[in-house]
Amino acid sequence: MTAISNHRSYPLDPPRFVDAPPMLRAVGVTKRYRHVNAVESADVEVYPGEVLGIVGESGSGKSTLLRLLNLEEQPETGEYTLNIPGVTGQNLFALDRFARREVQIQHIGMVYQNPFLGLRMNFTSSGNVAERLLITGERRYETLRTKARTSLLASEFPIDRMDDPPRVLSGGMQQRVQLAKALALQPQLLLLDEPTTGLDVSVQALVLDTLKRLQRERHITIVIVSHDLGVIRTLSDRVIVMRYGRIVEVGLADQILNDPQDAYTQQLVHAKL
Amino acid sequence: MRLLQVEGLEKRFFIHHLGREIPVFDRLDFTVDEGEFIHVSGVNGAGKSSLLRCLYRSYLATGGHAYYQSWRGSIDLVCAADVDIAILRREEIGFVTQFLNPRPRVSALELVAEPLLNAGSDLEPALERAREMLSAFGLKQDLWGAYPTTFSGGEQQKVNLARALIHPFRLLLLDEPTASLDSAARVSLMARLRELKMQGVAIIGIFHHPQEIQHLIDQEVRLTLPTTENDYVVE
Repeated sequence: MTAISNHRSYPLDPPRFVDAPPMLRAVGVTKRYRHVNAVESADVEVYPGEVLGIVGESGSGKSTLLRLLNLEEQPETGEYTLNIPGVTGQNLFALDRFARREVQIQHIGMVYQNPFLGLRMNFTSSGNVAERLLITGERRYETLRTKARTSLLASEFPIDRMDDPPRVLSGGMQQRVQLAKALALQPQLLLLDEPTTGLDVSVQALVLDTLKRLQRERHITIVIVSHDLGVIRTLSDRVIVMRYGRIVEVGLADQILNDPQDAYTQQLVHAKL
Repeated sequence: MRLLQVEGLEKRFFIHHLGREIPVFDRLDFTVDEGEFIHVSGVNGAGKSSLLRCLYRSYLATGGHAYYQSWRGSIDLVCAADVDIAILRREEIGFVTQFLNPRPRVSALELVAEPLLNAGSDLEPALERAREMLSAFGLKQDLWGAYPTTFSGGEQQKVNLARALIHPFRLLLLDEPTASLDSAARVSLMARLRELKMQGVAIIGIFHHPQEIQHLIDQEVRLTLPTTENDYVVE
């Protein structure tokens, strides 16, 4: 029997047909918590308009990697660049706290699994969205309200409830408020951490559909973390598989799901009901 | 013009938890020109679907080459970068399976128009073309706005074909597209395939009843079970 490496048996060629450089590039990212390497030497590239899925079981480091990409945490090592006018070529991990916050607000939208992390539950929903605009200096009440409304409509939020606080909304609606807030400043990068986990299956389908439509219409680059392979199959072009903080396999979504190469990925895919 | 050149293509699966390797096919050679119609034949398990999936890169071939002449240049489908394959799937290479993958609350019309929208078309022309396709495949007009999740197998397959054939791909991979189709829909499928072939689209297909497409076939790639003998025949 011929020996087969853990990954694919041969390397793939570098890209030749893509017109633009990667929108997001993170190289050699390592994040340590005490003695545990939560993320270890991770390399990630995402091209403009692409949807990258990150899968792996709890504790694999996938959410940590996403928080690093959202500049919420600092890694021990690594370089992170976004190909966006104004920040191109800068290592975002090396920026000071204020500059990082600025990049995060202007260019990155984030949706958390837990709406408590992303929303003020007792503010109005429209206020939650408008807050993003306020940070950038918009002060006119009418403009704030119109823009918040537009953003809520784009995420298919039932607009007659825009002045209700998220506290009284259903899980699906809360995720739509988070999405509207994330998109309020029209970022080029959207990061999603288990955005539909915990929602009813039918509500989950609707939220996924909204995401798919927004991605196509606005050509947003998306990184989505999920342990649900169905969600990943529906949304992603390419998939990264993580285990114990390491990336064990990268490939086209249907290839990862139909012809996984790595031993762990084979287990993961076959464990799906 | 030569569109695809397959050289020594090989597929094996390695199942880690069994510690076993499963051979599917090897030493496969054939070429495909524009407008050519290739029929892939062989018994169940001979690797017909695997061959199509290797060319579409749903499977990773374990050896050999598949040089494809894209509008953007020549590229080996076996080891091209994932992002390049994604571009080819949007623009040039289509895959038609036996099954529709309907999404909840997405109408038949929207599903059919989607490949055009993904390739950058405007909404109205895409919907117009989708209506033409659905009507060509004979899906009742009442169903166009409905959700295919609840459709019968035959109705789903009509939506599936309309969706798969709406974009002008250059290379089409067909995995038993006639399964569960009524005879009227089969006739429109044959008509559509003939039309595409005339336009220069190359087609590689698996058909359960090849007599239906006999008049379209230019070349046959026959796969045999990979037992002791690893031969295959190209006629």
